[in-house]
Amino acid sequence: MAGAKEIRTQIASIKNTQKITSAMRMVAASKMRRAQERMAATRPYAEKMRHVIGHLDQAHPEYTHSFMKEREVKRIGYIIVSSDRGLCGGLNNNMFRKLIREIREHGDKGIQADFCTIGLKALGFFRRFGGKVMAQITQLGDQPHIEDLIGTVKVMLDAYEKGELDRIYICYNRFVNTMVQEPTIEQLVPITSEAEKELSHHWDYIYEPDSKEVLDGLLTRYLEALVYQSVVENGACEQSSRMVAMKAATDNAGSLIDELQLVYNKARQAAITQEISEIVGGAAAV
Amino acid sequence: MAMMIHVDIVSAEGEIHSGQAEMVYAPAIMGEVGIAPRHTPLVTRLKPGEIRVDTGSGEMKHFFVSGGILEVQPHVVTVLADTAIRAHDLDEAAAEDAKRRAEEALSGQQADFEYAKAKSELAEAVAQLRTIERIRKGKRG
Repeated sequence: MAGAKEIRTQIASIKNTQKITSAMRMVAASKMRRAQERMAATRPYAEKMRHVIGHLDQAHPEYTHSFMKEREVKRIGYIIVSSDRGLCGGLNNNMFRKLIREIREHGDKGIQADFCTIGLKALGFFRRFGGKVMAQITQLGDQPHIEDLIGTVKVMLDAYEKGELDRIYICYNRFVNTMVQEPTIEQLVPITSEAEKELSHHWDYIYEPDSKEVLDGLLTRYLEALVYQSVVENGACEQSSRMVAMKAATDNAGSLIDELQLVYNKARQAAITQEISEIVGGAAAV
Repeated sequence: MAMMIHVDIVSAEGEIHSGQAEMVYAPAIMGEVGIAPRHTPLVTRLKPGEIRVDTGSGEMKHFFVSGGILEVQPHVVTVLADTAIRAHDLDEAAAEDAKRRAEEALSGQQADFEYAKAKSELAEAVAQLRTIERIRKGKRG
């Protein structure tokens, strides 16, 4: 029986792999649902903040924070949000590809870039290819907390305030739906405020302690909330992408097993036929 | 019926409370404030402390915040609560930590980003993915 045993062990090992991938798919599916809920939960905070900032911007024109001022761009910063783990299809790679194209375009214009990475994959990427990584955080887990991000974001914002960076972008995967994740690069600072035009009559808040301090606190929190939102959204993308990838892997394993089973059956049949013909041949000789 | 004011307490990680109230007490940075309906617009930082929401039905709801921002409009109170404990030196330490981590992770690394290398590796990865895709489609078809 030529190769029948080998084929059998191969089938068994593929079956084991298939069990793992299908388990991973189910885990990713349930994690995705939770990540999506978290994504929805973070929205009201940022929305409310945008509202207040939009108002402050309008009602209080005599003070403009440096986060809201455009200036000439010489050096830019990227905050790159990636996943900690692999086996999630082309999620991270697609984003890095888009990022490289951007960096190159800026590089051609003589604009240098610094980086800040969130997640192991982005860190590994820049470890391999160089680039100045100013800050990094990894192992955020499935439930990221905003306090883990504060330090990392602060490094970038401080660099911006000191004038080392003139613009900060955030780079993450936007969750369109379970099947589609879109690599996105958005400008974080300076804040592009969508002014609300409906406020026709002039009124202002009472500020405690004063407007500058309130606005400072508000803007920092707003930016952190945006970064946090991207992290959560990227997490949902990671899970859904993994779910799709693992579904494909399970299907592939299934079709591989079918093929091998066919080969195995043929080999077995051939062995039996050969044995019979040998016996018949032997009987005829006697 | 008594006048009511709408209260929203939200944090970056989720909505904490939303509802009507007769009166809201919050630990503002310059002392506790009590907010009744038709309060004049106010924005203030919050200290760590307790927010009390008087719902009018004799029930008092308590929420702990570790800081944040309070925004008051005549009929809406919004509390943008922090979930983390914030202090200037704490934030500073966190920032230093993030920097140190980056330096450790990348020690002995050249400072310039190598487009060519990165691009070729990515192209390879994408090609692999595409091949897998094609194999999969071929199998099915």
